[in-house]
Amino acid sequence: MCSRFREGGAAAGQRGRSFAALRMTAGAVIVLVACQREERNFSGMPPSATSTMPAARESGLQPGPSVRSTSINGPYEQNAYGVAQGKTLYNAFNCSGCHFQGGGGIGPPLMDDEWVYGSRPENIFETIAEGRPNGMPSFGGKINPDQIWQIVAYVRSMSGLLRKDVATGRNDDMQVRSQEQAADKAKPVQSALPPSAERQ
Amino acid sequence: MLSLLQQSHSVLNPSSPQTRLIDRLWDAMYFVSAVVFVLVVLALLLSVFRRRDSEAAETDPGQERSLTTAVSIATALTVLILFGFLVYDVAVGRQLTRGLGKDALQVRVIGHQWWWELQYRDSVAQNWFTTANELHIPVGRPVALELLSTDVIHSFWPPTVSQKRDLIPGKDNSLWLQADTPGVYRGQCAEYCGQQHAKMAFLVIAQRPDSFASWLAAQRDTALTPTTQPAIRGQEVFLASSCVMCHAIAGTPAGSRIGPDLTHLASRRTIAAGTLPNTRGNLAGWIVNPQSIKPGTRMPPNQLKPADLQALLAYLETLK
Repeated sequence: MCSRFREGGAAAGQRGRSFAALRMTAGAVIVLVACQREERNFSGMPPSATSTMPAARESGLQPGPSVRSTSINGPYEQNAYGVAQGKTLYNAFNCSGCHFQGGGGIGPPLMDDEWVYGSRPENIFETIAEGRPNGMPSFGGKINPDQIWQIVAYVRSMSGLLRKDVATGRNDDMQVRSQEQAADKAKPVQSALPPSAERQ
Repeated sequence: MLSLLQQSHSVLNPSSPQTRLIDRLWDAMYFVSAVVFVLVVLALLLSVFRRRDSEAAETDPGQERSLTTAVSIATALTVLILFGFLVYDVAVGRQLTRGLGKDALQVRVIGHQWWWELQYRDSVAQNWFTTANELHIPVGRPVALELLSTDVIHSFWPPTVSQKRDLIPGKDNSLWLQADTPGVYRGQCAEYCGQQHAKMAFLVIAQRPDSFASWLAAQRDTALTPTTQPAIRGQEVFLASSCVMCHAIAGTPAGSRIGPDLTHLASRRTIAAGTLPNTRGNLAGWIVNPQSIKPGTRMPPNQLKPADLQALLAYLETLK
C-alpha cells in the first residue's frame, strides 16, 4: 500500500521534498540568526588627561546656525560583559560612596528618569571624565576611557535604558535593590539644575 | 622562575608532615590495589584457561563446595581491605584537620580574579600588612590560613606542602599547613575561576625562623620616600595616573584595595600572580599592556609617556 502511494504521488513527493528542504533552510536561518556571540574586547584605549571625543551637548540651543548633533554610541551599550564590568567598577571606584546603589544620597540618584547633564552615553562619559560642579570629581586621566565607557553603560542600565538581556542579572553582594534587568525603561527627562549649582 | 620549574611540584614529592601523611595513604592504596589487581587478573586467566570437564563440574559436590569457600574468602577479604582503607582515611583526615596551638601564624588568604591577596595578622593591629601572591612561612611552625573569596570560587593548592581547599564567596574556610624544609613551593588555583585561571599561581616560600622574622619586619615597614630624581618623579606619576585607583602603597596617599598591594613590590619574585619574573622589562610590558600578557585581566592598558614610564619603573624598583 505504501509503495502504491509512493508511485501514485511521485510528483507530489518531489514537490513535498523540496518544500521540506525549504522549510529546513528557513528554520536554520531563523535559528542561526539568533547565534550572535558576544565579543569581549580586551585591548582597550589608553587613558589620557583629555577626553578623546567631540564635545557632548546638553541642549540644542546654540548661537549661530544650527548644527546636527553628533550622537556617539557607547561601545558597551550592547555588551553584557562590559556592563557587568561597569557594575564592578562602579563599586570598586566608590561611585556608590555618593550615588549609593543608584538611589542617590550625597550625589543625585541614577536610577530615576531625571538627568541634569544629559542621559546619552557621551553626556555621562563627559560627566565622569570632566566632573560637574558641586562635588562630582573629574576622573579623566585616572580611569581608562574604556573603563569609563563600561561605567557609562552600567549607569544607563540602572534606569532601564539598555536592553534587558544586556543589563546585569545578579549582585556580587547583598541584594540592595531590584536587578538592573528588572528596571522599567524610564524616559529621560531633562531636569533643571539643582539650586545649589545655579548659585555658582 | 626557571630554577623553580626544575623542582618537582608533584603531589608525589611531599615536603610537609601533612602531604607526607596523604602520600603514605596514597602509597598504601596504590600497592594494595596493585596486589588485588594482579590477583584478580590471575584468577580470571585461571578461569579462562582451566580445562573444563563439562559434566563433572556440575555433579561433583566437592568442587562446588571449594568454589563457595574461595568466593566467600575473597568477598570477606575485599570488605576487610575496604574497611581498613576507610579507617585509615578517616584517621588521616582527623590528623589533617586537628586544632592548632596558639603559636600558629595567622594569615588570611583572599582569592581574586586572578591573584592572591595575603593579609598577615598580629595581636598588634599596627603590625598587620598585606602582600600578594607570595606566602612566606617559617619552617617547622604551623600556619593557620583563613580562606576567603570576593568574587567566584577559587581553590588554594600548593601540592607539595598542603592539601587543597576551596575559597568560597560568603563562607569562611580554613586550612593549616607546615613546611619542614626551607624552599620555594609552587601553588596554583585549582578551581576554574574564569579566563585567566591558569595564570593564577602563587609561591609558598618556607624560610628559617630568623630569615622569616627579618622578612616580616621588612614587610611591616611602610615604603621609603624616594630621594633620587627619577624615583621622585615616578612617585608623582604613580599618584597622578590610573595606578592609584586600584593599588596601595603604604606610606603614600595611595590606599585602594582593588589590586595587589605594591608597598614591597620589588621584594617579590614574580608579577601578575606567578605569570612573569619580576624584572624591569617585564614590569614595563605589564604596565603598558597587561591585556597582551593576560587577556581579560582586571588591569587596563596604560599609555604613559616614555620618560614617565621609566620614572615609574625606577620608583617601583625602590619598593624593596
